[in-house]
Amino acid sequence: MQANDPLSNVLYIDLSKRTFEVKRRDDIFERYLGGTGAAIKLLHEECPEDCDPYSPENPIIFAVGPLTALFPLASKTVAMFKSPHTGNLGESHCGGRSAVAIRMAGYGAIVIKDASDIPIYLSIYGKHVHFRDATTLWGMGSFSSGRVIRENETGEGLRTIMRIGKAGERLVSYASVVSETYRHFGRLGLGAVFGSKKLKAVVVSGKSSLPVVDMKLYRKTYNEIYNSAVKSPVMKKYHDLGTSENVLPLNEFGGLPTRNLKEARFEKAEEISGESLAEHYLGRRLACSNCPVGCIHIAALREPYEDEAYFYKTSMISYDYEPIYALGTMLGMNSAKDYLRLMDRVEAWGIDAMSTGVVLAWATEAQEKGIISKKETLDLNLEWGDVQSYIAALRNIIEQPNEFYAALARGIEHAISIYGGEDFALAFGGNEMPGYHTGPGAHIGTLIGTRHSHLDNAGYSFDQKLLAKEEKSPEDLVDILVEEEIWRQILSSLVICFFARGIYSPELVSRLLNIAGFEVSEEDLDRIGREIYVEKYRFKMREGFKLDDIRIPKRIFETPSPIKQLDEAYIRKALAHVKEILAQEGVFQN
Amino acid sequence: MRLAVLETEKCVGCQLCMFACSRRQNEAGLAKSCIGVRSIGGMERGFSVIVCRACEDPPCAKVCPTGALTPRDGGGVHVDLEKCIGCGHCREACVIGAVFWDDEINKPMICIHCGFCVNFCPHGVLGMERKKEIEHASK
Repeated sequence: MQANDPLSNVLYIDLSKRTFEVKRRDDIFERYLGGTGAAIKLLHEECPEDCDPYSPENPIIFAVGPLTALFPLASKTVAMFKSPHTGNLGESHCGGRSAVAIRMAGYGAIVIKDASDIPIYLSIYGKHVHFRDATTLWGMGSFSSGRVIRENETGEGLRTIMRIGKAGERLVSYASVVSETYRHFGRLGLGAVFGSKKLKAVVVSGKSSLPVVDMKLYRKTYNEIYNSAVKSPVMKKYHDLGTSENVLPLNEFGGLPTRNLKEARFEKAEEISGESLAEHYLGRRLACSNCPVGCIHIAALREPYEDEAYFYKTSMISYDYEPIYALGTMLGMNSAKDYLRLMDRVEAWGIDAMSTGVVLAWATEAQEKGIISKKETLDLNLEWGDVQSYIAALRNIIEQPNEFYAALARGIEHAISIYGGEDFALAFGGNEMPGYHTGPGAHIGTLIGTRHSHLDNAGYSFDQKLLAKEEKSPEDLVDILVEEEIWRQILSSLVICFFARGIYSPELVSRLLNIAGFEVSEEDLDRIGREIYVEKYRFKMREGFKLDDIRIPKRIFETPSPIKQLDEAYIRKALAHVKEILAQEGVFQN
Repeated sequence: MRLAVLETEKCVGCQLCMFACSRRQNEAGLAKSCIGVRSIGGMERGFSVIVCRACEDPPCAKVCPTGALTPRDGGGVHVDLEKCIGCGHCREACVIGAVFWDDEINKPMICIHCGFCVNFCPHGVLGMERKKEIEHASK
C-alpha cells in the first residue's frame, strides 16, 4: 500500500479512561486488506478468550477498506465483536455513510475498548475525539437520538451517526445499531455491546484526500465501474424494486418461510410484495455514499390520529426482503400496512428485524401448542397476523417484565433451553434463520457460515440456480459454499456491497487494488480470502463452536422445500466435510 | 453554461457528484470537492445540494477585499488564489454555504461550473443551463 494512505491508521478509544491514540498498522492492512480481514485480526488481538460479551473486555471493531471513497459501491463498514447473541464470532455489516465517513476521517479501523460508567456518545472529527455526555439521550429511540445528535454536531453531509435504541440499552442480545436512520448493523447484537458499554452513539466525520498510483487510470477505471453499475442487468433488481423483488419468485418457488415455516408459501404474498409496496407506499429512495444504485426503499405510511378526525401523521419506514419475510410472512401479516407498523417499532427500538420476527413466530407457535400460556405472555394472545399483539410483545421483549420475555430477549436458542419447543425453533448456530426455505444450500449455508448469515455463502442462491437443475453430494455442495464464502471474505475485506458482486470480479478487484497501491494478483486474492476464512473459524473454535453439536431444527424437514434432497443425514455429512476442510487448514474444534 | 440544481427532490443522497468534483481536479477522496449533499434534518426528509448557484452579481465577490474573486460570464466567480489572503469573508457572504474551504492552503474552493458532476448524477438532479431558469422543479 502507499505510504501516505491513511487506511492503516487505527484509532483506539478507551471508554473508561476517556483516552484515544492512533497506531499505524501497515502490518494488518498489507496482509488482510481491510474490512473483515483487518477486523478478525484485530479481534484476535483485542478480545480475550472466553470473555463475557457484555463485559468491558469485549471490544468493538469497525473496519473499512482500501477502495472505500475511491470507487463506487465499496461503502460498507464491517463491525466485529464477540456476539452476546451466540456467544461467539460477532460480525455485522452496515452501509449508509458509515464507511466513507470513517475513511474520510482518516482511519481504516476504529477499536473501542472498555466501558463507560455513565451514558456517553463519541464524536470523531478527523484527528479529534470527543466524549460527550449522553445521559439525556438514554432511553430515546433511534429516530429521536439521531435527531438530537444531528443538531448538536457539525459535519453535515460528511458524517455517520451510529446509534442504539432501547433494545441496545436493555441488552437484548439481538439489538441493532442504526446508522443514517435506515441502515443497520442488524445481526448478532452489536447494539447490546454498545449498551453494555453505556455507549449510545458514535458520530464520525471528516474529509481527506486519498493517494492513487495512477490518476489517469483511476479516473478511467472509475468510469468503467460507474457505467457497469448503472447499465448492468446484474444490478437492475436492486435499482428497481429492490430486494423485496424476491417475495413473489420465492413464493412461487415454494421457499418463502411462512408462519414459523409451517408453510413455505404465503397466500397473501402479493399483498406484501415489492410490487405492491412500490405501488401503494414507496415514498422515497435513498443511496449509500458513492453508490449509483440506491437500493434503499422508504415507504410513506399515512395514518390518522386515533382520537382526532382530519389529523394525520406520515411515517417514513424502510422495507427490504428480509424484514418483509421476518415481520411479514413469518408472522402471517395480512397487509403491507401491518408489516410497516411493526417495522417502524423495530426501527425505533433498534432491534434486529430478522431475529425479532423469528422469535415472535416461535412464541406464537409455542402458545398455539400450549407450551406457554397467557401467564407467560402476560395476557397477550399471540396470533398470526395480529400486529397489535406483536407490537405489545415486542415492547415486553425490550422491557422484560417477566422471565418469559427476558428469555425471548436472549433469542430462540436460549428460550428453548427453558421452555422446550426446539423442533420448531428456527435458529442456526444460535442465529435466527433468514428468509429462505429453498433447500439444502440455504440451511447448510447458514449452519456452516462463519456468522450464520445467508450472506456468508448465498446457499439459497445455489439452491435456485444449481440444485434445482442437478443433484449434488453433500461434499460437493459444501465445497461450492466454502469457495463462495472464501471469495466473499475478499469482497467484505474491501467492504464491497454484496449486491455489486456481479460486477466486482477477481480480475477487476485485482486491477483496482493495484490502482490503490496494493500489488495483489488474482491468486493472492484467493490465498488471502482463504486465510481470513480460516482465521474466523479459528476464532469460532477458540470460543467453543462445535460443528458436531450444532442443532438442526426438525421443522426444516417437516415442511417440504422445493429441492427435495434435504434430510438430516445429508446435512450431517455436509458438516463432517466442513470439519475435514478445516482440519486440512489446521483448525480443529475443542 | 452553468451548473443547475434542477430537481433537489429527486436527490437520493448518493454523493457521486461530490466524488466526481474531486476527480475532475485530479483528486481522490472528498477534501477538494466544491459540491455538497446533506440531508435536510434526516434522510427521511430528503436532501439539499449545496453548490454555487451562479449569482449574477455574486455577494462573495462583492466582499472580497483583494479582488481575488471576480464575476464570471454567465454567473459565478473566478478565484485568483494568488490574490486571495484567506480572510474568509466570501464564505460568510454566501448564504447557501457554497464557498467550500481548502484547509490545506486556507483558501476558498468554489464550483467553476464545468459540469463534470452532471455526468455522474444518475437521477437527473443536476444539469447544465445557459441562463438562470425559473421553471426548475426545485422549490
